[in-house]
Amino acid sequence: MSLAPARVSMPAEAKAGDVIEIKALMRHPMETGYRVDSRGQPIARHIVRRFSAEYDGEEVFAMDLTQGVAANPFIAFHTVATRSGELVFSWEDDRGEVVTVRKRLTVTG
Amino acid sequence: MRARRVCLALAGVLLMAEVQAEPLPTGTSFLSDGLKAQQADEAANPGMLWVAEGERLWQTPAGVADRSCASCHGAVESMTGVAARYPAVNAASGELLNLEGRINRCRTEHQGAEPMPYESDALLGLTALVARQSLGQPVRVETGGAAAAHHEAGEAFFHRRQGQMNLSCANCHVDNAGSGLRGDTISHGLGTGYPVYRLEWQSMGSLHRRLRSCSFGVRAVQFAPGSPEYLALELYLAGRAEGTAIDTPAIRK
Repeated sequence: MSLAPARVSMPAEAKAGDVIEIKALMRHPMETGYRVDSRGQPIARHIVRRFSAEYDGEEVFAMDLTQGVAANPFIAFHTVATRSGELVFSWEDDRGEVVTVRKRLTVTG
Repeated sequence: MRARRVCLALAGVLLMAEVQAEPLPTGTSFLSDGLKAQQADEAANPGMLWVAEGERLWQTPAGVADRSCASCHGAVESMTGVAARYPAVNAASGELLNLEGRINRCRTEHQGAEPMPYESDALLGLTALVARQSLGQPVRVETGGAAAAHHEAGEAFFHRRQGQMNLSCANCHVDNAGSGLRGDTISHGLGTGYPVYRLEWQSMGSLHRRLRSCSFGVRAVQFAPGSPEYLALELYLAGRAEGTAIDTPAIRK
């Protein structure tokens, strides 16, 4: 399975000072490396190592993932809307593949 | 004595009729509150990843005809209500087709493309996308007419004891529905949430994959996905689910 797609849900607009919830869902096998296939051969580990979220160039959330996390990890977190800008979400797996999703947040008031 | 027996039998029939009138509760109703909330939230339901893949494929031209689903059907909203009346007998060929079979029929006949393998992410995605368009709509399949023979075969399968465990589908899904089994609740076996995201699989899976798990559970013959046996059973299950709302992609444990 390739590393796409990923889905990020968040409000497009918020008032300054509002706490917004961001939900990120990514499609990934999160293969633990502990399993064997039908012929007894080990299945190589293949997991997302790091998820991070940048808001207007500043990292506001990051998470290190391990083999204990289930497939298709769902990550929800909150941040404070400060100013209009771009949020950049990225997932990097242990094969060096990176998936990036960009979302724009417009802050009013 | 005889009159009393007749009375009791009549009461039994009336009771049955009453039970049948109310749609049976779906597997979703047995989920924890947390899983129910996750299923209802499009941003959190992992099945929506496959629906998104289906949306991409809906627009992607394929085959000799170089046509996409959208080239003929337009927006996917045109599929509203379709999943609620499948499986159905194809008027042209007389075959019983479920949603997966219907999608692959479009591929071979109208797109000139290879059919998608059962359980492939592509077919699961398109099936989930089409079924999603009927979200909340009550199941109403045709069980008479050309479908009658298939429906009867499915009914016979449902009630036939099979496998080393010598259990029929009905032994669990009628007699013991709502009871616990291996950390989960036995459903009424309606299949209205399929394809589902099953936590045990860590992935999306079709109804036929679930049926194979059931067959394995009672140590009976596992039929191939898309086989006539499972198709007939799918039609019978859909008949039992009459009036129950579609809730694809559901989450199951």
